[in-house]
Amino acid sequence: MSEHESVPIVTLTDAAKHFGPVRALDGVSLSVRPGDCLGLVGHNGAGKSTLVYLVNGGFAPSAGEISFSGADDAAGAGVRSVFQELSLCPNLTVAENLRISNRALTGAGWRRNARAIITESLDEIFPGHGIDPDTEVDMLPIAERQMVEIAIGFAPRGTEARLVILDEPTSSLDAGIAEQLLTHIKSYCAAGGAVIFISHMLGEVFQVASRIIVLKDGRIVAERATEDFTRQGLVEAMGHVAAEGSAGTDLAERQTGEIVIRTEQGLTARKGEIVGLSGLAGHGQAEALAKLYLSQSSNWRAGHEPKSVFVAGDRPRDGILPLWSILNNMSISFLRQIESWGFVDRAAERAKAEEWKKRIGIRTEDITNPVLSLSGGNQQKVLFARALASTAPVVIMDDPMRGVDVGTKQDVYAMIRDEAAHGRTFMWYSTETEEVCQCDRVFVFRNGEISAELVPPNITEERILEASFHMQEAS
Amino acid sequence: MSTQSASRTPLAVLISRPWIWSWAAAALAFAATLGLTSGRGAGELAYAALSFGAFAAIVGMGQMLVITLGPGNIDLSVPATMTLAATLALRTMGTEPGTALYGLVIALAVGFCVGIANFALIFLLRLPPIIATLAASLIYQSIAIWSNRGLRIKPPEGLAEFATGRFLGVPNVAWVALVLAILVWVLLERLTWGRWLLATGQNQRAARLAGVPVEAVRAVTYVSVAIFAALAGYLLASFSGGAALNMGTEYLLMSIAVVVIGGCSVAGGDSNVPGVWGAALFMFLVVSMLNSYGTGAGVRNVLTGTIIICIVIAASTRRARQ
Amino acid sequence: MSFFSRYRILLPVISLAVLLAATFYMQPRAMSYFGLNLLFNLAVPIALATIAQMMILMVNDIDLSIGAFVSLVACVTATFLNDAPLLGLLILAALILAYAAMGAVIDALELPAIVVTLGMSFVWGGLALFILPSPGGAAPGWLRTLMTVKPPLMPMAVVASILIAFVTHMLIIRSGFGTVLRGVGGNARAISRAGLSVTRLKAWAYGLAGFFGVLAGMALVGLTTAADANIALRYTLLSIAGVILGGGEFTGGKVSPTGAVIGALTLTLAASFLSFLRLSPDWQIGSQGAILILVLTARLIFSRKGDAA
Repeated sequence: MSEHESVPIVTLTDAAKHFGPVRALDGVSLSVRPGDCLGLVGHNGAGKSTLVYLVNGGFAPSAGEISFSGADDAAGAGVRSVFQELSLCPNLTVAENLRISNRALTGAGWRRNARAIITESLDEIFPGHGIDPDTEVDMLPIAERQMVEIAIGFAPRGTEARLVILDEPTSSLDAGIAEQLLTHIKSYCAAGGAVIFISHMLGEVFQVASRIIVLKDGRIVAERATEDFTRQGLVEAMGHVAAEGSAGTDLAERQTGEIVIRTEQGLTARKGEIVGLSGLAGHGQAEALAKLYLSQSSNWRAGHEPKSVFVAGDRPRDGILPLWSILNNMSISFLRQIESWGFVDRAAERAKAEEWKKRIGIRTEDITNPVLSLSGGNQQKVLFARALASTAPVVIMDDPMRGVDVGTKQDVYAMIRDEAAHGRTFMWYSTETEEVCQCDRVFVFRNGEISAELVPPNITEERILEASFHMQEAS
Repeated sequence: MSTQSASRTPLAVLISRPWIWSWAAAALAFAATLGLTSGRGAGELAYAALSFGAFAAIVGMGQMLVITLGPGNIDLSVPATMTLAATLALRTMGTEPGTALYGLVIALAVGFCVGIANFALIFLLRLPPIIATLAASLIYQSIAIWSNRGLRIKPPEGLAEFATGRFLGVPNVAWVALVLAILVWVLLERLTWGRWLLATGQNQRAARLAGVPVEAVRAVTYVSVAIFAALAGYLLASFSGGAALNMGTEYLLMSIAVVVIGGCSVAGGDSNVPGVWGAALFMFLVVSMLNSYGTGAGVRNVLTGTIIICIVIAASTRRARQ
Repeated sequence: MSFFSRYRILLPVISLAVLLAATFYMQPRAMSYFGLNLLFNLAVPIALATIAQMMILMVNDIDLSIGAFVSLVACVTATFLNDAPLLGLLILAALILAYAAMGAVIDALELPAIVVTLGMSFVWGGLALFILPSPGGAAPGWLRTLMTVKPPLMPMAVVASILIAFVTHMLIIRSGFGTVLRGVGGNARAISRAGLSVTRLKAWAYGLAGFFGVLAGMALVGLTTAADANIALRYTLLSIAGVILGGGEFTGGKVSPTGAVIGALTLTLAASFLSFLRLSPDWQIGSQGAILILVLTARLIFSRKGDAA
């Protein structure tokens, strides 16, 4: 803490980032000074990752300004980021990975230097780590990879690190190692470094952060010194204003049948039930659903009566068949139900698709148009129609409302309720808590496991947030 | 990206068909060749193009099915399969008259076994198809060499007559290839199975999540390409008076080239039966055109390679624009 | 973590040692300077071509044109380089640049390497035919001398193999540049996130492949003294097999130059060994395929054990 304390490393003035009509970040002003440790919290879609990408120079802002002290860009200002998803080269050794981001390592002795630098950094952050810098990264367990990535983030790479952004750095570390990291962050900041710390472990945030920023819907809704927050207050700040409407109570009265799904992980669903999956994104919900669907269908044969159907939310990866028409995209799930001798009954296919086009309201003149001619929301409707047009008794939905407008959402909610009343079972993962609150039962996921099972009247945003964030002390 | 306009002229519709290009190129090469002889020999040239194009079309359609499965799917054992099937079939028939059907069964059985073996390597050893079919093809080649023993066994007379004969002025082998083309077209356009194949090729994960039994689709496709290659080998040996060990060599590159030139997507999920036929004719006609203009084999190959690369680049930039 | 997956080089070394021991057992006379020279005579160009293929596999692509390319280089060497050395060198340099350009185009336009290299194999083959329509030409004298030199202690083929392995090991495994190149195969996103151009790096990898392809063609002519347009077509398959036998993977940038050279030696030796076995030459090609499948099966078993442990 010396004379340069007052000069911020990075300053955002009214910075905004829009993706088409989506305002991912909507005017954020923020400055990070040497010695700051900023805790960044917010629920799914609050704009945390967008903010990170603005600060580290990954995105240019759509509006507003970003300035770095003493340099033109993030890299020159010593801004580093350590991501949740691993950005190491698995085929290279620990020391060699440092070479990728540190071009100053040249000459005959670069290998020795790299080894020394990375070992020093690891020793400093994680004393007694036991990682050999000559091991290939894919030989390391996931926790050690994460440690290497953090160590590379703090290591000198030609320039010194002045601001390190850590996005869920402790997600795969055990408590002892995480504690070492938190201790290091504190001493690093005390020595004049700066850190932006993102975590779902609120205990950790309270432990290291000097200041906490709460993001919601692309805006900063609270920014205070850590000691001015209580845990409960923090959770409340992240949440929405209580949702209106009484859908939850309506559903609670409904009769549901016998149990039709039971997984090893603990997911259960009854006939005619709408089961919600919630929690922070990336905590194992999508994997659990994909695994459930794959176990209910086969790589080798497809019967006339499928057990379940899947509605993808990640459309390009899991759902849309991009070369095809709307018609073919829709009918792929029910071809077996309308074929004769292996031939597609094209009249029946067309009739069924037209019927669903009307029921679900896909905006197109002609269902033989290419599916990519539709907007994202309408593409999603095609995927809904694909699933609902099949006779399968279980519908598995992996966050299917991404990029869908409000009107469509209401239509789809109504349709789901209607189908459930006719005995269909829905497994519904959503990143939007409002949607989950309309379910008959909710499983909240944290770190790939079910952390809570909620039934009415306990299905509230507050309960879900509590179960999504780790509330205990980190130590 | 906007919705395509509903009203387009027939010409625009025709031009938008990817297969039209290979047929136009074939027609151009045909015209250019005849230009030199001022129109004489048109019938002979067309006849030869149909005869030789038929073999390329048969192996090309097989390769097309595999390439349709998506990136990384390819069968490099086509030449070895052709040679092996032809060698074993001709040896079994041993020039005895009346054994043509028996030989055909042997050839198709060889194709079936080869396909199963290829897919077993791909599925069980989790090898990339390119390596699995490459390694396996070396073995098939050895079996063919061993069973052939340097002898050139002639096909039974009746079979040879059929393979070189014509019906309604069109070579019999072209009829066979045409029937196969119709079968493949029906498979792809009308059967549930074809839909599954096309879905798998566009996005295997999405297809699986839509309920398509993707491994079964892949298995059947790898067996199909081998059967197509075996049939082409059987016909080619009957056509050319016996099986030769190098008879399949040129069909490796040929089978892939006709798929690419025929307008199928190398990225999978999009196949194009008429285009493959057009490309097969084009490949023959370009050779005869260059021959009649007196260019050597070298220039011919350079041009062929350049054409393939230009088409891949054109296809990719078209994709990027969309 | 199994022993074999940690020391990936062990499996190729053991395969070569076993095969060599079996050869010596069958044919004790092969255990001599002269015998070894005979056994490994043709290994040098194959090893160089294998290194070239390795450069491409290293960046997650595959090269189906290397055989035709080596043939073309052989034709250029036996004609231009012999008659007009300066022009010959210029042509060879242009060929290397063409390879680098091919890599840049493949990456920049996201083309499938398999199809582009297939098309290029027509082009190389056509050029070779154009230069040398019928077998012929002559090896430059200095090249002939170089390839038939008799160093003390070990035959030329063995010395050259060790040299190739050493140089490429230093280049690809030890140097910082080689490390970045391998990183492209491992995680191209991490490379571009670190501010490096993947297209430029791929051009380098392809350029290096072209360079070693040129060396392979020259070495081949030095040994055979003449060239023809089809002289090295089988190198395409051999080179892929050699990289895999040497412990390289198809994807993920996991390659080993030493392993690749050992793989090439193993393949060369396998052919001689089979003739010692008095196995009919019919089975020579097939046995290469079988060895490839066996090695891959062995590797699969070891890696499964590694996963289980």
